[in-house]
Amino acid sequence: MSATAWAWLVLLLPLLGSLAVALGFRAIPARVAGIVGAAAVGLSFLCALAVLINLLGEDAEARHHASSLWTYAGAAGLHIELGIYVDQLSAFMILVVTGVSALIHLYSFGYMRSDEGYHRFFSYLNFFVFSMLLLVLAGNFVLLIVGWAFVGFASYALISFWYRRTTATKAGMKAFVINVVGDIGLVLAAFLIVRELGSFDYGTVFAQAPAVFDRGGWTVTAICLLLLVGAFAKSAQIPFHTWLPDAMEGPTPVSSLIHAATMVTAGVYLIARTHTLFYLAPTAADIAGFVGLATLLVAGTIAIAQTDLKRAIAYSTMSQIGYMIMGVAIGAYAQGLFHLMTHAFFKALLFMTAGSIISAMANIQDIDRMSGFWRAMRFTSICLVIGGLALAAFPLTSGFFSKDSILAYAEARGGIYTWMAIGGYVGAFLTAIYTFRLVFRVLPGKPCEEAQHLIETGELYHGPPVNPANGEAEDTEVGFPGAHHHIAEQSWPMAVAMGALAVGALFAGLIQVPGVDNVLFGFLDPAFADSPLAEIHPAVGAEWRGLAIGAVISVAGIGLAWYLWVARPELPRLFRERLRLAYLLCLNKWYFDEAIELLVVRPALAIGRFANGTFERLVVDGIVSGTKEAVGDAGGVVRFVQSGFLRSYALLLIAGFAGLALYFLLRAT
Amino acid sequence: MTIEWYIVLSSLLFATGAMGILMRRSPIVILLCLELMLNAGNLALVAFSRMVGNQQGQVFALVVMVVAACEVVVGLGLIVAIFRRKLPLDVDELRELRG
Amino acid sequence: MEAVLFFVAAIGALGGAIGVIAMRNPFYGVLALIVHLFSLAVLFLLLTAAFVAAAQVVVYAGAVMVLYVFVVAYVGGGTESAWEPIPGQRFLAPLLGAALFVELSVAVLASSLLALGQDGPHINPGFGDPAAIGYLLLEKFLIPFEASSMLLMLAAVGAIVLAARREPSERVGSGSSEHSSEAPAERSEDSLPTPAPAGGAQS
Repeated sequence: MSATAWAWLVLLLPLLGSLAVALGFRAIPARVAGIVGAAAVGLSFLCALAVLINLLGEDAEARHHASSLWTYAGAAGLHIELGIYVDQLSAFMILVVTGVSALIHLYSFGYMRSDEGYHRFFSYLNFFVFSMLLLVLAGNFVLLIVGWAFVGFASYALISFWYRRTTATKAGMKAFVINVVGDIGLVLAAFLIVRELGSFDYGTVFAQAPAVFDRGGWTVTAICLLLLVGAFAKSAQIPFHTWLPDAMEGPTPVSSLIHAATMVTAGVYLIARTHTLFYLAPTAADIAGFVGLATLLVAGTIAIAQTDLKRAIAYSTMSQIGYMIMGVAIGAYAQGLFHLMTHAFFKALLFMTAGSIISAMANIQDIDRMSGFWRAMRFTSICLVIGGLALAAFPLTSGFFSKDSILAYAEARGGIYTWMAIGGYVGAFLTAIYTFRLVFRVLPGKPCEEAQHLIETGELYHGPPVNPANGEAEDTEVGFPGAHHHIAEQSWPMAVAMGALAVGALFAGLIQVPGVDNVLFGFLDPAFADSPLAEIHPAVGAEWRGLAIGAVISVAGIGLAWYLWVARPELPRLFRERLRLAYLLCLNKWYFDEAIELLVVRPALAIGRFANGTFERLVVDGIVSGTKEAVGDAGGVVRFVQSGFLRSYALLLIAGFAGLALYFLLRAT
Repeated sequence: MTIEWYIVLSSLLFATGAMGILMRRSPIVILLCLELMLNAGNLALVAFSRMVGNQQGQVFALVVMVVAACEVVVGLGLIVAIFRRKLPLDVDELRELRG
Repeated sequence: MEAVLFFVAAIGALGGAIGVIAMRNPFYGVLALIVHLFSLAVLFLLLTAAFVAAAQVVVYAGAVMVLYVFVVAYVGGGTESAWEPIPGQRFLAPLLGAALFVELSVAVLASSLLALGQDGPHINPGFGDPAAIGYLLLEKFLIPFEASSMLLMLAAVGAIVLAARREPSERVGSGSSEHSSEAPAERSEDSLPTPAPAGGAQS
């Protein structure tokens, strides 16, 4: 079978899984639903592998195929097809997406066992995978937007999965609204593209863009800026990032899949896919790069101050995606995608371990209450350390190679981009600090109450069901998390998934060691061959220098974290008091939420109130009621004529006749 | 004698009948005034028939007579029915059909 | 001679017409109309429409007026009340009547009908005879003839249905009147049982 045929299967299988679980949710027992869901994505991964094998069997230049099932719309000068585009970039993305998703489905098989909404979860999760694959495989902008919107919906459905928690539903709405803002940008960009180039199809657009647009022209810059609005909203970059920490209200597998590994990387994919347009709009590309840099620094500072375990990891995600965006914006396409892959591994792993720990803590997510899990849950702790090392770019882990490849490219490009490299190294230092802050708060020390309970009895601590965000009491019926929790040590699907990701987090970087092998870049580079930026390759010596700097920074950061949180634990409190303002700034997330509330939400609500109270009441209702009353009054006037008196009818008749005769007489004269 | 006289007389009778309908309240008298108007029309028809020279106008007048007779029959039947139901025979009182 | 006859008949016709509209008692009105009809018959004769004149006397004055007389005898001639409920009716009615007359006259007289001022074409003897009318009725105007006979039959049936005496129980079931059947002797207009409005006729 051809690559595109396998690609259609990749797309189709999760959709079928989702429908099967959704439609049969009363008939299928829970275990079977989980197996169906996980198997659908697992088979999809195998098909993705088949796509890769197919592509590898061809020449490097010929590895791009478009395939269309049918023409969706072919009128009014538009030609929209239901078509996919398979090249190195999409093959890479579907491998990452299906691979990590398959492992997360396996994890969820164990983690969500006691949840009442088990079927719904797997249906939604499969639908999400289908949407993400649609986004990545789309062959034209319309299908891209469809996939984009579906992914936004899936994210909403999964964030508000525990729908009886008001915090969860609010977070879902917030995520959805901000995503829709991004969708608007994307749709407007698509309008401009079709207006200038006459087609939505990738092949046509990217082939004709250099001929139609001048480099640095207004139109193409506008298109790219609008694309960036969409990318930033989806990838949680400043200023559209406020939804991501709130999205941690969803179950941990959701955070791990959507908000770490796949959906938030859609923005990175978008910029990489439309790199031709971004090359033509260097201003927009630079803006993207600096926004990525700003995000990675700001998110790093916020992460140091957070006390909620999942939120800290969420800010870490934001920061790492800042790296990826920065990378693909300045031309480091393959490097940015490399980091995407490694980040998927170690971030998903980190979330999984967080899920395990939170389960042991009976749904408490506050790290101030956690300690001593090294003794209570050995396997989870090892996974946490591995994930943390990869995140902090400890030498020889996957994150080490991927992050530094981006920074080496930035240095090689020179000019202002050297500043990006420097900022990236500062961010790496921050990353190491906050990552190991988490590790050193949670793992060592005297076991907390829940951990102690686990050590002594081998059973999980059972507290009263409570909303961790605001402490409200809940119950465990449908719409809330289930009564029982599961940890990796007691649930083999969770352990297998975490183990596989740990292996990936440790060793995935070895496919791209500078000077030694070039597996990944060799595969991906031809997809970006039309961009002069992709030809910049740092010298091997410069790369190793960068790696050395990165190694030093990483170890220094880990060391500092050790010093602050293990050796001298009273120091952080002193820092908090001395640098009170900075601490508050970081703790309150740089007040972005408050700013958006003031600048956007309140005016919008005021407009809504005005429209509803004044405009609707006076103008619209006035017109409608006024019309009604006018008609009624006119009817009342006319009703006078129907008096019931025969003689007045006769009078009107004869008067009319006389009038008519008079008119004709006058006319005849 | 030219035809004009007959025509003028016919229009005078017609106007008189119309005025009678407007002024009288008893249904019987209204029907009588209707008869006046119809006969005025008949007079005009016959006069024009004489002016034109063929008898089609006279046939027309005969048919008008037939129609008038039918209408009187039904109208008087209505009056009898109204009278039998003890309703007042006054068109100003019989005004249920109003808006 | 013809002019004298014309004026006599005209005055008779006009007098009868005025009598119809002016007489208080409907019986007198009926009699006035009979006078009017006879005058019209004379006018028809003047216009050499012999058959029409005869039909006028026999059918109209003979049959229709007799019918009127019967009904007036049955119903009785009550006087009408003086109060005028419709504003402006008393004033507008003569005005409109006059306007109508003037307009019609003007229309006819001022028109450019050339034949109006002339004697008219020469007509054969036998113009307006029953034979001539009969030929026309049975040859050229057969269908109107048959239709009018059908109309007569319909009218007769309709009148019988309308005026048929109904049983007291049937009367209420017709749905139009809601007042009880009083003694047949009540006929004065003082006790006007105002019919209750049926349904939502009130606005």
